[in-house]
Amino acid sequence: MSTALGTRRRRLGESAARPDGVPKVRGEFAFSSDLFSEGMLWGHIVRSPHPAAAIRGIDVSEALRIPGVRAVLTSDDVPGRKTYGLDYPDQPVFAWDVVRYMGEPVAAVAAVHPETARRAAAAIIVDYAPTEPLTDPVAAADAEPIHPLGNVLHRQRVRTGDPDAAGTVVVEGRYETGMQDQAQMGPESGLAIPAEDGGVDLYIATQWLHIDQEQMAACLALPLEKVRLHLAGVGGSFGAREDLSMQVQICLLALRTGRPVKMVYSREESFLGHVHRHPAVMWYRHHADAGGRLVKVEARIILDGGAYLSTSTAVTMNAACMAPGPYRVPNAVVEAVAVRTNNPPCGAMRGFGAVQVCFAYEAQMDKLAAALGLDPVELRLRNALKPGDSLITGQVLRGTAPVAEVIRTCVAAPLPAGVPMTTAELELPGGAGRTADRDRVRRGVGFAVGIKNLLYGGGFDDYSSARCRLEDGVATITCAAVEVGQGFVTLAQQIARDVLGGVDVVLAPPGTTDIGSAGSTSASRQTWMSGGAVQAACLAVRDRLLKSVSSRHGVPQETLDIVDGRVVSLDGQVDIPISEAARGDVLEETVDFHHAPTAELDVDGQGDAFVSFAFAAHRAVVDVDLDLGLVRVLEIATSQDVGRVLNPVQLVGQLEGGIAQGVGLAVMEEIVLDHGRVRNPSFTDYVIPTALDMPPVHIAALIEEPEPGSPMGAKGAGEPPMVSSTAAVVAAIRAATGLELPRAPVRPQDIALAGSGPGPVAGSGPITQEVSP
Amino acid sequence: MGADIVGELIDYQLRVNGHEHDVAEAWLGENLLYVLRERLGLPGSKNACEQGECGSCSVLMDGKLVCSCMVLAASAVGADIVTVEGLSAGENELSDVQAAFLAEGGVQCGFCTPGFVVSVHDLLEHNPDPTELEVREAVSGNLCRCTGYGRILAAVRAAQETRQE
Amino acid sequence: MTVFVPACLEEAFDAFDKCPDAQLLAGGTDFMVEVNFALRRPPAVVCLRKVEELKGWRLEHAEVVLGAGITYAELMGPQLSDLLPGLAQASRTVGSPQIRNAGTLGGNLGTASPAGDSLPVLAALDARIVVASKKGRRSLGLDELIIGPKRTTLGPGEVIVEVRVPAALGSQEFLKVGTRNAMVIAVANVALVVDWAGQSVRCALGSVGPVVIRARDAEEFISSRIDWARRTLTDEGDVAEFTALVRSAARPIDDHRSTADYRRHAVGVCAQRALGRVLADHNGGTWEQTSWAS
Repeated sequence: MSTALGTRRRRLGESAARPDGVPKVRGEFAFSSDLFSEGMLWGHIVRSPHPAAAIRGIDVSEALRIPGVRAVLTSDDVPGRKTYGLDYPDQPVFAWDVVRYMGEPVAAVAAVHPETARRAAAAIIVDYAPTEPLTDPVAAADAEPIHPLGNVLHRQRVRTGDPDAAGTVVVEGRYETGMQDQAQMGPESGLAIPAEDGGVDLYIATQWLHIDQEQMAACLALPLEKVRLHLAGVGGSFGAREDLSMQVQICLLALRTGRPVKMVYSREESFLGHVHRHPAVMWYRHHADAGGRLVKVEARIILDGGAYLSTSTAVTMNAACMAPGPYRVPNAVVEAVAVRTNNPPCGAMRGFGAVQVCFAYEAQMDKLAAALGLDPVELRLRNALKPGDSLITGQVLRGTAPVAEVIRTCVAAPLPAGVPMTTAELELPGGAGRTADRDRVRRGVGFAVGIKNLLYGGGFDDYSSARCRLEDGVATITCAAVEVGQGFVTLAQQIARDVLGGVDVVLAPPGTTDIGSAGSTSASRQTWMSGGAVQAACLAVRDRLLKSVSSRHGVPQETLDIVDGRVVSLDGQVDIPISEAARGDVLEETVDFHHAPTAELDVDGQGDAFVSFAFAAHRAVVDVDLDLGLVRVLEIATSQDVGRVLNPVQLVGQLEGGIAQGVGLAVMEEIVLDHGRVRNPSFTDYVIPTALDMPPVHIAALIEEPEPGSPMGAKGAGEPPMVSSTAAVVAAIRAATGLELPRAPVRPQDIALAGSGPGPVAGSGPITQEVSP
Repeated sequence: MGADIVGELIDYQLRVNGHEHDVAEAWLGENLLYVLRERLGLPGSKNACEQGECGSCSVLMDGKLVCSCMVLAASAVGADIVTVEGLSAGENELSDVQAAFLAEGGVQCGFCTPGFVVSVHDLLEHNPDPTELEVREAVSGNLCRCTGYGRILAAVRAAQETRQE
Repeated sequence: MTVFVPACLEEAFDAFDKCPDAQLLAGGTDFMVEVNFALRRPPAVVCLRKVEELKGWRLEHAEVVLGAGITYAELMGPQLSDLLPGLAQASRTVGSPQIRNAGTLGGNLGTASPAGDSLPVLAALDARIVVASKKGRRSLGLDELIIGPKRTTLGPGEVIVEVRVPAALGSQEFLKVGTRNAMVIAVANVALVVDWAGQSVRCALGSVGPVVIRARDAEEFISSRIDWARRTLTDEGDVAEFTALVRSAARPIDDHRSTADYRRHAVGVCAQRALGRVLADHNGGTWEQTSWAS
């Protein structure tokens, strides 16, 4: 059975098909690991097995003697700056004097076969003098510095109102979230080809070509134009590709050998070779009045940034500013600190600082509701942010903020039916392992709401560039926005068709650094930013087209429209195909789209630092095996503030996919560290949800209130599903078990052994002395 | 190039998608996934874990769904191997499963897609009318990080319904 | 050519004559992980995929004779799951459909992982494992074959050819605790067999020691407390003692997958539940729904 390929010409608001969908389902889409070049070599990076050690020497002579080995490089071979970094270059291309985390690159090999490269890597002798790793983030700030720049990566205070304000009801708690990995399916990979001009062409999966280029050029000591990046197929990102991975090393190997070099990380290397979600330790104290109105939130948040800075600054800012959640809080004393440790570097992952604090503030809201004897939904509704309210940063919400709506609609969704006695084992906690005993299974329902800032902020003048070229009735869109799977390519076509009245749209081949920057595929920003750029470029072309038709036909421009590929006038006098309307002219417009400016936060964390916010609510239903501590998530219901639905199927995909990662963080996903050593860098031991673990998602409501300032009224939708789903699942487990469960992920032993040992003590943190001035 | 590869080099033939392919001067330890991707020009099967924990490299070997990364390539001599490239009828055609993945939004980044497509073909071949739980169990060896499986399950349902018609 | 794909055992033995340091490859699901991760660099490989004598299974009197090349998927088939329900239950928890199509019973034995899912069942069934080489055959108990984590007493050139287990013996239960519902290494697993005719209970624990552990004290205790005519326990309090004895038999460790305390706890819960299921029709209880709002 087979189906002939058809073309879909759907516009905004409809579920247009992905333009890259056909090659993807046929296995013909070229991911970065699928590339091939005649005579190419295989690169391999040698990584530190130690979380902390001095390097006394590196002996590569044995490796170089292996037949088939073409190059072995160390830090001495880096011609330019020996470090890189998104915000500040503190991360070595190759460590030279000390290694600060397990997995830090120390050398790289190029050889004729991947097995030869692996053997050569094993033959490199690095003389390490291991030192005691600094692995406790709570102690890190005051510990002996492990880097010349010190152990505090960033400190963000947010203070508003009266620090001494007090409520009649006070609850507090200490919460932790573990280190989550993006676990994108496509491993880091690329192909570097040396060029005749002494430069290099790199085909790579990344999130932002131009920021890679800047960092690479500095390390390679090449001018920007000689470091040319080309986007290769990206097998998911979720933040993992925001920092450089192999970019500098693979180019160095290609430049040294004069041969194309391909490198593909193994899954283990992927786990060791990209940043993770910051683990957090969070102390919270909430004050409310007797009527359940929040009076003050105090929070101290420690984020483990690992060995290098990466994006810790922005993650810390998000955590601090979002610390109270989507609630009105007149008084706040918040401090978030990202610290340097000998744990793996942490940086961007979907949710970016907002996930950790949501886990804490939503647990606090449930605790507060219990202390007040108030329904937790009612408590949330009483405090829900609405337009015109201020955040604790003093920023007034000028856009849409349907917090109460997402809460109400989500709660109103019908609960799934009770489990019948005939249930298959796969429908019980423990699944095919047949461990469940029905008498010992309890159901729980949990609820959480979250806030996520959208786009870059904090004064950064972010923009995206796009080009529209109309020729022979076909619009070609060129934009360096990285497609990581989210469906920007679909949307770009939809936008162009919308603006240009159903014109045929072609997307130029994947982005390169030869065109303007589109910024990063992160921070839920591409629909807004690059969608906005595509829209603006198309509008400019449309304007030129209609202007020329107007003058030629003597028809007022405002009476002209483009409908189904034809330029038509209201009075029907003009009705010509676009291809004729342009009269052979090529109309081309390139537009840089900027969002409204933002400000840096001041010393008290005050300022209009953000462009926009999105909100989502999640209700989780779980069954818990009380004795074994195994959890089955039955259903997640959600409502989300989306501004406007541009492609329903793709939107659902973002919600379901984000929720799956939230479920993972709630019950199974964690990088396990033992004195700085990663114990589970594999898909065997870093487990992510399978189809048997991920429940159906019930979308209770998509709140469509067009966001002012957003080019199409839409809000980024990728991150909010991740922000509060974890909190909702853990709340449901708390409801089923009656346990406090202050840590995510919840492990079986946290439930099963809760009664048998000295469990975690709530509210025992140093909140008072650390937070108060 | 062969002479520079460390280790034991061997020559053999594999039958993939109905065609005999020569594999020359290959390292003995190469897995089927590597040989398909790097020697036979069939990169549709993907490399996401190389330890049988993700299903991205799923192929049919003598009619059985297996992870090609777990097959020693040289031991697959004489076996009938079908990869994602061998599933659709022709150049411009999609199999019903492929079409359903496309129509239902089962594809995002697409890295897991070929493996899923092969697994779902295998499932519907042996069980044309699976329950949702049977579908979930049948694809439980295929990890997806983008979709949360919702649209993938919808695609399986759609393909299933197409076959019922 | 240094990859041998023999069609029969004789050819396999001949291959070992030619290449004494050749390594055995069954389903590949453990072997290839080690090759892919450069932990194993085989100079030569004897692949057992096509060896006729290792395929399929047969009934011999009251015994099922399983070819070592039988896959987990085959063990889950309708006939074998009636004859060996515990083994079928265990097979379903192994890896994924892909792994169950490739992985073999002989491979699970040869790998000798402490977490091997079939192993507690084989231990509880008192399986006999037949190994063969050019020199002849010998029959071993599981504890004679597997002597440590990934350590067996297989000699050079020796191949696991058969596993012999009693057919449809009594009641069988297999429970496995893992942190997700597919593709998961056991945190702990338990196989329990109650031989009604022989009036004995056998309980084997996996993933809680270097090798599979038979909880002999627990077995003896509970066997002596069952009212074999009525198939019930005379004193319900004996379940607690049985559970405690199971726990004390475990020798678990802390690792990245779980803690020793949890594993010890979990084998007790699983053994208790397994016993409960075989001793009575386990009527489900009521499903209570607690509300987060309450």
